[in-house]
Amino acid sequence: MAGRFIEVEGLGKQYESAAPDTPPALDAVTLAIDQGEFVAVMGPSGSGKSTFMNVIGLLDAPTAGAYRLEGQDVAGLTTDEAAHVRNRVFGFVFQGFNLLKRISAAENVALPMVYAGLGGAERRRRAIELLDQVGLAKYADSQPNRLSGGQQQRVAIARALANRPRLILADEPTGNLDTATSDEIMTLFTQLNRDTGVTILLVTHENDIANYAKRLIRFKDGHVVHDGPVVHEAHA
Amino acid sequence: MNPLAVVVEAWRSLGANKLRTGLTMLGMIIGVAAVVLMLAVGTGAQNQVNRAVSSMGSNLLVILSGSTSSGALRFGSGNAPTLTTGDADAIARLASVQAVAPTFPGGAQVAYGINNWGTQVLGVTPEYTAVRDWPVESGDTLGETDVRSATRVVLLGTTVVEKLFDTEDPVGKTIRIRGQPFQVLGVLKKKGQSLDGRDQDDSVLVPITTAQSKLFGNRFPGTVRFMFVQAVSQEATSAAEQDITLLLRQRHRIQPDQEDDFTVRNLTQVAEAASATARILSLMLGAIGSISLVVGGIGIMNIMLVSVTERTREIGIRMAIGARQRDVLLQFLLEALMICIVGGLIGIAIGVGGAYAVGKAMQIEVAFSAWVMLVAFAVSAATGIFFGFWPARRAAALRPVEALRHE
Repeated sequence: MAGRFIEVEGLGKQYESAAPDTPPALDAVTLAIDQGEFVAVMGPSGSGKSTFMNVIGLLDAPTAGAYRLEGQDVAGLTTDEAAHVRNRVFGFVFQGFNLLKRISAAENVALPMVYAGLGGAERRRRAIELLDQVGLAKYADSQPNRLSGGQQQRVAIARALANRPRLILADEPTGNLDTATSDEIMTLFTQLNRDTGVTILLVTHENDIANYAKRLIRFKDGHVVHDGPVVHEAHA
Repeated sequence: MNPLAVVVEAWRSLGANKLRTGLTMLGMIIGVAAVVLMLAVGTGAQNQVNRAVSSMGSNLLVILSGSTSSGALRFGSGNAPTLTTGDADAIARLASVQAVAPTFPGGAQVAYGINNWGTQVLGVTPEYTAVRDWPVESGDTLGETDVRSATRVVLLGTTVVEKLFDTEDPVGKTIRIRGQPFQVLGVLKKKGQSLDGRDQDDSVLVPITTAQSKLFGNRFPGTVRFMFVQAVSQEATSAAEQDITLLLRQRHRIQPDQEDDFTVRNLTQVAEAASATARILSLMLGAIGSISLVVGGIGIMNIMLVSVTERTREIGIRMAIGARQRDVLLQFLLEALMICIVGGLIGIAIGVGGAYAVGKAMQIEVAFSAWVMLVAFAVSAATGIFFGFWPARRAAALRPVEALRHE
């Protein structure tokens, strides 16, 4: 069967370190995501939304159910194959940026290309191009800690785009940013989704941020409690 | 990811955090330098003891003439004129004895040109240089004829040469001893300190007959103060001791109930005691070296563990963006390797330099061994590489999400 882009069935995650009686972080989650979607995942703290994203991003393994990426069950992937998928298919954007502090913005952006085996000159050229795309070409040789939070997140987005991913996983990307900067970052995501067709999976707990997406999935206690298009409510 | 890119990545990572790199390297530097320095100083001291032991000459006994007494006062050994050159000749004929060197010492002022120096003058026979293992380095040695005809010739110790001659070659020159002219036959090889710390090179040798008759006018002609006796072998020294005692008691007509009028001392025992000291010294060196190595190793281990463990998050980031486990491991292995090699080389340089400085400042000998440097380097590097690699391996074995959560 020709699989959909992402398909999970009965997905569950029980942390080994959790107390015996705690309910699982993810419990019987079944859903699918297609190429080109812009999905916001919402829910209160501990609802399982971040766990969901980590499992989808192959940063963590589920303890139950199946996860098929383009029809292939990822449970069968070796760690090296999973690393290859993270490198080529996914791009990550974190709440805390997770840039390497001691190297320049361009080198940070080039890092996924190092692991993809690109040559130095090619990496540099593309890193500058990507930084230009997020409006930071002139900061290519600055270290991340000299940049503002919004600028650092743009560098992180440029890094996520380095190997032309098909899915961007963004975990609370605006969590550390003020409203105006958050809007800029979200506009950037919207443009990327519209212009390049990249699928975006966005975890957030803010309605305003989720409103940029086209589809909304709500988690509560490890279950999906809502899944449907984003309804743009009029602000009272 | 190709291997060259990993080397570049490791290099850039080291360069990007110079403080961390420097501190880690410091652990390695101190570990290696401490071992090299400690052992250089210790080995130097050991060499010094060993040289003093061998400078005595081998299989030696010394015979001192008896004590004199005046009323209730008893003077020390060597004061009574009881030993003669005749005794020496008789001892030389014993089967257990290789050679005999009768000696007649005295103190005198020696002078050349405007320089003068008070030193020890030893009246000796030609056997002396062989028995004491103290050859002539330049010029001629004493001959039998010099002794027979009591010629005024002299062999100089290197300290005396330094005190009397600036740059001139002393051989063939005439110096004055107690105002009498002596021709310099030759210069003795540098002998160094004796076991009791005396400068053995601060002395001159003259024919024993010259000392007896011309320098230290002797009331008892033909007597000597002491003699060095070389036994035929190490094992024969006890036999020689007994043979000599028997022979001298006979020659001196000492009754069975009378005390000896001479003393025989077996110097091999002294040498053995000193050798035992040197052995203990080398054991102590081994202990010091091992402890330095362990302490240094623990230092290296700690700093490597801390610096790599605090990079768990970095490892998480690298894995999230597509680094495979082996990419991360190779990078950290290379980083540890570079730190250990560079740190180890600097450590050796500092250890050698420090040992020279200590040797210079404290006027002691230092000695280096390539073997010590190699072991110190290898053990420290192995420690550093293992503890640089192992926490990285542990971090890379985590699921990326766990590594990323690490603060």
